[in-house]
Amino acid sequence: MELPVKTFRITRADLVRYAGASGDFNPIHWSDRFATKVGLPGVIAHGMYTMALVGRAVTEWAGSPDAVVDYSVRFTRPVVVPDDDEGTEIEVSAVVKEVTEDGLTRLELTATCLGVKVLGQAKATVRSRG
Amino acid sequence: MPLDPSFVGRSYPPTAPYLVGREKIREFATAIGATDPAYHDPAAARELGHPDVVAPPTFPFVMTMAATAQIVEDPALGVDYSRVVHGDQRFAYTRPVAAGDELVCVNTIEEITSRAGHDFLTTRTEVATVAGEPVVTVWSKLVVRGEEG
Repeated sequence: MELPVKTFRITRADLVRYAGASGDFNPIHWSDRFATKVGLPGVIAHGMYTMALVGRAVTEWAGSPDAVVDYSVRFTRPVVVPDDDEGTEIEVSAVVKEVTEDGLTRLELTATCLGVKVLGQAKATVRSRG
Repeated sequence: MPLDPSFVGRSYPPTAPYLVGREKIREFATAIGATDPAYHDPAAARELGHPDVVAPPTFPFVMTMAATAQIVEDPALGVDYSRVVHGDQRFAYTRPVAAGDELVCVNTIEEITSRAGHDFLTTRTEVATVAGEPVVTVWSKLVVRGEEG
């Protein structure tokens, strides 16, 4: 079963806010000058910000903020965030792989940015309430 | 120089307790656009059986990223942090984190491999309460890019 696709817009302001909230002030997430110097196309989103947004999709699908019992991703491609009002967008989709007898649901997750997969081997296990 | 694989299995002393704050959870939830009342409103979290606001699933990374500095900044291991990129990340929960938790991290080097001039360092962080109740286990795989990378 496929779950309804969710999209998340990401702007530079979001990265600044996430940097402050998470304590990850690596300049590749806010300085084009620094990002290009280390060979990136420009400022990129924190991998953990992308993981957090996909985690939001998971808890929203589960209908429960505390449902996640296991969640893992591989960061395969950077999410480049241009310095404009539009930013960029990631699209998150999921397929239900298994529902176990003890009430766990296993999801296989896909996250893309401009049609390119940015996560690999992304999966989550959520516990149903009740 | 490649990372020394003899560090695999090494554990570090427990970190100083991290007190999970209600406002920190709210700030983190707001930063990721997570609006569920249980992340913001203690009463809503209590209805779900938590003592205070509950944290979104990736919140513990705030704590474990700081904690794994023990490994990444261990001069004996010699990671060049300017060459580090995040490879993999996993959270395995015993229970969700909630405001008021006082949590301690124990870091272990789980794996070191080298391939095509790059080093891969997997850290495992056991996050437990000061009373010893396990809460979440967090794995991070860091890629230390080779000099020509």
